[in-house]
Amino acid sequence: MRHKKSGFKLKRDVGARNSLLKNLVTSVIQEERIITTIPKAKAAKPLVEKMITLAKRDTLHARRQAAAFLETPAAVKKLFDKLGTRFGQRNGGYTRVVRLGWRKGDGAEQAMLELVGSELVKRAAERAKRREERLNALKQGQEPTEGGEEQK
Amino acid sequence: MPNPKRRHSQRRTAARRTHDSLRRAVLSECPNCHEPKLPHRVCAKCGKYKGREVIEVVEE
Repeated sequence: MRHKKSGFKLKRDVGARNSLLKNLVTSVIQEERIITTIPKAKAAKPLVEKMITLAKRDTLHARRQAAAFLETPAAVKKLFDKLGTRFGQRNGGYTRVVRLGWRKGDGAEQAMLELVGSELVKRAAERAKRREERLNALKQGQEPTEGGEEQK
Repeated sequence: MPNPKRRHSQRRTAARRTHDSLRRAVLSECPNCHEPKLPHRVCAKCGKYKGREVIEVVEE
């Protein structure tokens, strides 16, 4: 029974919640920053920090404990090779939650969860270009098929 | 099904609604671009918070 267990339930049963949190933590470690809802960010934050504490311990046992939690071997490698040394001088507070405002579709408040010291990667221009290309391809692909349907 | 026995007076309706009014959102000024923004949140105009660029803002 989960009597008096504090924390976020996130409207999920135990299994779904655990895998959601594992995925979030793995993403933060690999991508440096993620955008999610505020309860999810707040639930994942202490788990990310526990992973970094394991990385600072840097023993085989710690590595296996991290590997048991994280979803990808690449995340474990990055955690121990890069993040352990990067946060060596810092005592806790390895992550930051910043409130971003409300999501358009359902009005849920969004937050960014990031590792402290990560840089903003500018990708908006690239993303807009890809979108443009996709729309053009769609237009060119659709016009002939529409013409074909009319002929029939 | 249960139904109201008597009509409410306008006064009763108005008295119930005295607590229904919405409050104006509290806004603070962005220290970077001086636009109004919500306190403790990233500025939607310039994407900065506490002097750092947090999100990219695309201009249409």
